Amino acid sequence: MAERKATALWEPTIVRGALSDALYKFDPRVQVRNPVMFVVEVAALAVTIILVHDFFEGHSTLAGFELQIALWLWFTVGFANFAEAMAEGRGKAQADNLRRTRTETQARQLKENQEIMVPATSLRRDDVVLVKAGEVIPGDGEVIEGVAAVNEAAITGESAPVIRESGGDRSAVTGGTTVISDWIKVRITANPGETFLDRMISLVEGAHRQRTPNEIALSILLAGLTIIFMLVCVSLYPFALYGGTALSLPVLVALLVCLIPTTIGGLLSAIGIAGMDRLVQHNVLAMSGRAVEAAGDVDTLLLDKTGTITLGNRMATEFIPVLDVRAEDLADAAQLASLADETPEGRSIVVLAKNQYNLRGRELAERDARFIPFSAQTRMSGVDIGTRRIRKGAADQIVKFARDNGATIPEELEGIVERIARNGGTPLVVADEARIYGVIHLKDIIKEGIRERFARLRAMGMRTVMITGDNPLTAAAIAHESGVDDFRAEATPETKLRLIREEQAQGKLVAMIGDGTNDAPALAQADVGIAMNAGTQAAREAGNMVDLDSNPTKIMEVVEIGKQLLITRGALTTFSIANDVAKYFAIIPAMFVVEYPELQSLNVMHLATPQSAILSAVIFNALIIIALIPLALRGVQYRPLGAAAILSRNLLLYGLGGVIVPFIGIKAIDLIVAALHMA
Amino acid sequence: MSNGLIQVGLFSVLVTAVSVPLGLYMARVFTDRRTFLDPILRPLERAIYRVCGVNPGSEQSWVQYAVSMLLFSAVGMLLLYGMERLQWFLPLNPQKFGGVAPDLAFNTAASFTTNTNWQAYAGESTMSYFTQMAGLAFHNFVSAASGIAVAIAVIRGLVRRAAQTIGNFWVDLTRATLWVLLPISVIGALVLVWQGVPDNFSAYTQVKTVEGTTQTIAQGPVASQEIIKELGTNGGGFFNANSSHPYENPTPLTNLIELVAIFAIGAGLTHTFGEMAGDRRQGWALFATMAILFLVGAGSAIWAEQRGNPQFAAMGIDQRESAGQSGGNMEGKEVRFGIVDSALFATVTTDTSCGAVNSMHDSYTPLGGLVPLVNMQIGEITFGGAGSGLYGMLVMAILAVFIAGLMVGRTPEYLGKKIEGREMKLAMLFILIFPAVILVPAGIAVVTKAGLAGITNPGPHGLSQILYAYTEASANNGSAFAGLNANTLFYNSTLAVVMLFGRFLMKVPVLALAGSLAVKKSVPPSAGTFPTDGAIFVILLVGVILIVAALTFFPADALGPIVEHLVMIHGKLY
Repeated sequence: MAERKATALWEPTIVRGALSDALYKFDPRVQVRNPVMFVVEVAALAVTIILVHDFFEGHSTLAGFELQIALWLWFTVGFANFAEAMAEGRGKAQADNLRRTRTETQARQLKENQEIMVPATSLRRDDVVLVKAGEVIPGDGEVIEGVAAVNEAAITGESAPVIRESGGDRSAVTGGTTVISDWIKVRITANPGETFLDRMISLVEGAHRQRTPNEIALSILLAGLTIIFMLVCVSLYPFALYGGTALSLPVLVALLVCLIPTTIGGLLSAIGIAGMDRLVQHNVLAMSGRAVEAAGDVDTLLLDKTGTITLGNRMATEFIPVLDVRAEDLADAAQLASLADETPEGRSIVVLAKNQYNLRGRELAERDARFIPFSAQTRMSGVDIGTRRIRKGAADQIVKFARDNGATIPEELEGIVERIARNGGTPLVVADEARIYGVIHLKDIIKEGIRERFARLRAMGMRTVMITGDNPLTAAAIAHESGVDDFRAEATPETKLRLIREEQAQGKLVAMIGDGTNDAPALAQADVGIAMNAGTQAAREAGNMVDLDSNPTKIMEVVEIGKQLLITRGALTTFSIANDVAKYFAIIPAMFVVEYPELQSLNVMHLATPQSAILSAVIFNALIIIALIPLALRGVQYRPLGAAAILSRNLLLYGLGGVIVPFIGIKAIDLIVAALHMA
Repeated sequence: MSNGLIQVGLFSVLVTAVSVPLGLYMARVFTDRRTFLDPILRPLERAIYRVCGVNPGSEQSWVQYAVSMLLFSAVGMLLLYGMERLQWFLPLNPQKFGGVAPDLAFNTAASFTTNTNWQAYAGESTMSYFTQMAGLAFHNFVSAASGIAVAIAVIRGLVRRAAQTIGNFWVDLTRATLWVLLPISVIGALVLVWQGVPDNFSAYTQVKTVEGTTQTIAQGPVASQEIIKELGTNGGGFFNANSSHPYENPTPLTNLIELVAIFAIGAGLTHTFGEMAGDRRQGWALFATMAILFLVGAGSAIWAEQRGNPQFAAMGIDQRESAGQSGGNMEGKEVRFGIVDSALFATVTTDTSCGAVNSMHDSYTPLGGLVPLVNMQIGEITFGGAGSGLYGMLVMAILAVFIAGLMVGRTPEYLGKKIEGREMKLAMLFILIFPAVILVPAGIAVVTKAGLAGITNPGPHGLSQILYAYTEASANNGSAFAGLNANTLFYNSTLAVVMLFGRFLMKVPVLALAGSLAVKKSVPPSAGTFPTDGAIFVILLVGVILIVAALTFFPADALGPIVEHLVMIHGKLY
């Protein structure tokens, strides 16, 4: 897996870019999209106007308390802008890398069997081009003829070439990648500007980012809280007036800005952008933020057995002779029958014989050997050497072969074959005409660590379902060994679609990974459909995420990133609201201590003066945004525990922590403010 | 101390014991299952539907449900207004009371329709028996029944899957009245009569006192109105002195019965919710949340009142509790109830939207008086008003789930229903309207001549009086902080509007929420689902309720009761 190098958090170029972008975001037309920060900006503006007015009237100096309040309010807006610009900057840095690969290329377009050179940008859907070794593929498309090795490093960061060929599930090619051997004919499937690369660039840049449903709901909550606090502050004026205190606007505004949820309000969009960015770092492209959010909610994961749970190929693990046959003779026969078998299974038999009995592959040509390749009709393969006719294959076929040659079938054979099948293995019987040697145990090799991963997923509350074409016996054994929660055996592509619909009917969210054209309907139906980049164009179009590494286990990282995104939002919201308790204890006594000196006993932090108390709260409120930028961009730590455990941990950390931290922070700032005689 | 523990303990045990069977019974009633009262009530119910032209089989969408509820309330309010204005013309008026003044009649009509029962009048010198029984007591039943109906509709919204309807308002209203409120009231009234509460149509009795002066002894159909006053969390007393009057609440036993009656339906509905949701632990979680907040409030109020006034202690006045005296701050309290029963009553009546009082909250110590105020400011959801307590708590649960639910890494859901933008909008509307209709008019009242005219004590205590008045009106409580001269055009009209807003502007979003939840599919729970039936959720919910209320009302409270308390410690009283 080639993980994109994660950009350092405070990468100087990004910080510089973000600083200037942050200035543009002061534009009210931009700011109005974020109601919480818009209120802060209006408040800052109001205090500034009063300040200027008072200065010219001669009421105040430019070094006074109000000026500092005004400055810190502007900083609050600026810090939030900066956080958003930082998140966007990181995306832009990735986009720039991608853009570099999109150079002007010439394409050999094929028209009525004529080859004409045209610029890549003039290619439209359904045009056909020829790409030869060393040339860049001019656009997204489907291989319709030929086979070639393609370097896709531009997209995936992986330098090892991949094979692309017509037909089958490895036919999609991406514009900007390079053919390094042979040639292919490609039918273009995307118009310029709509290519995969274009979409990828605009996604990571976050230029036209749509707010996700949960983000919208959270914004409504934050806007509602903001309105409540506006009511509180507006009504506080007459209440104070009744007690004989005429509150000044800057002080009321300071209270308002401290109370409204500026921390989460300022960081909300940065969290969303950073979530997409983290996916890209894992080489996954989400076509929408909605899909990332849905990933956190997934209840059921559909996994293909082959490639996800097991290594792609079965391996020989054991030779089981029958009757009086020596294991060594069985191994010898099996090796002979497999020497010319280039399938991974065949090779694994040769290797096992060599490892267990030190049998070396012999030069067969010298021994006048004739190989019998595997065919779907005979369902066996083997070799004729001299008089020997050695065959290996499916039990029923070999038995038939041996019977035809006059063999009596050993009674124990059936038992061995069935035992292997029940344990999830594939039995291959080896015979030499009428003589049955025994059975080769071919086994699906479960990927290392997959059991632990399923346990993690179970702890997160997710059910895993294995999909396989195997018979139920084999499937059950593999399911048992791998620790998957459920399985569907003898599955067809329609099984996936039906299973997804069944789960969704119960209200569950389903995620699946697919690559083939026949996966496309299921990918489209799934709430989170991850298409392999190496898969077909149809699959890539149907899914809402694309895994550039084509690694089927990637779905688990995607789910964790989705959850991390939601947790980060929840944690900062809780923290932000919990913060208000301390701010009240700082500001309320300070506001009224002149009229009611007894309120001094609510000044639990023993802040130096009323002015320093208010100023410290405002400064804390601004600085906490900066302090939390790393958390917003990286996301909070996620551990796959049960919901109850995660909840109590995070409540303690961000809820209780959110109550306590500002008491310490405001007190510390007050000490500095007092020491510097700022107020 | 031990007295307090025993009384609060006994009360808590009784409430728990009553709430479970009552809650399960209500679940049967509102899911149309058989109950033991069916043989008597079914024919009556059918007759009512026939007369009113209700088709009990047809269900309503949330809009139809809300329109039915609003229409019913509007007509009921108009009828009550007319009855008050014309009572001189109507029967059962032995004292020959004239028509009620327009602004007072409007205020009272709004007050009883909204289950508030704020009384800017003295019952025994204003209202005829006919008005009391046919007007006020009628609303005592139906305003409670309409609250229960809305709560049931919200439960249906949460537990139904992909449904377009949330029940039928007319059916819910009828069944809540016939199956729940009436039978309990009949038995309760008889018990009260046994304890000495009068129930007659006699004219007031004139007696010569020992000192030789004449005294008028007011009476009437008291017992029959008394029990529904508590059970329906109405709180509108037959007499001006409410439950401190010996004819409304003569003995410690009646006091206990009234206390249990106030909590019965609110507590019971949590179990109705659990039962209808198919998971009783969900109901117990809400019950526990409410119980914790109630106990904290009751403990604080009893502690503050029993401690008395530190200034008195400094003067050498004995305020200690002993066999001979209740000790503590007895100003405005009845001797037969003492500190504990008074402070407990004050807590219970403001935990719900009842507002009946057996002592004068105005005379409490600042902190003792802060407890009822805060109880109302958290939205009267600690058992809460009949129905309104549960739906208020459910909105808070949805808010808590939304804020903290994200922290388990899933988009928030409650009982398998995803909480999305629309639900958040409606929940925030519900939460926002409440402080808006308290803080804005209170802010106006403290700086206008008409508003300030009602205050009877200077300084922070005056602010407390005004704040309390608008809080109780908005929360549909109706308990008076006393002291405020509220029978003026300004207060009658502003409080009436606040009561109507506080009831209906909050009920409509709640019904919309029910409708919006009902159409959703339900996600089955898994290990990754936010658990809403355990201790963590209870703690979280308590925290969210307290923080939301504290953030909203701390500044106002700080300038009222809190500063009053601090100033009192330093030797100044208002």
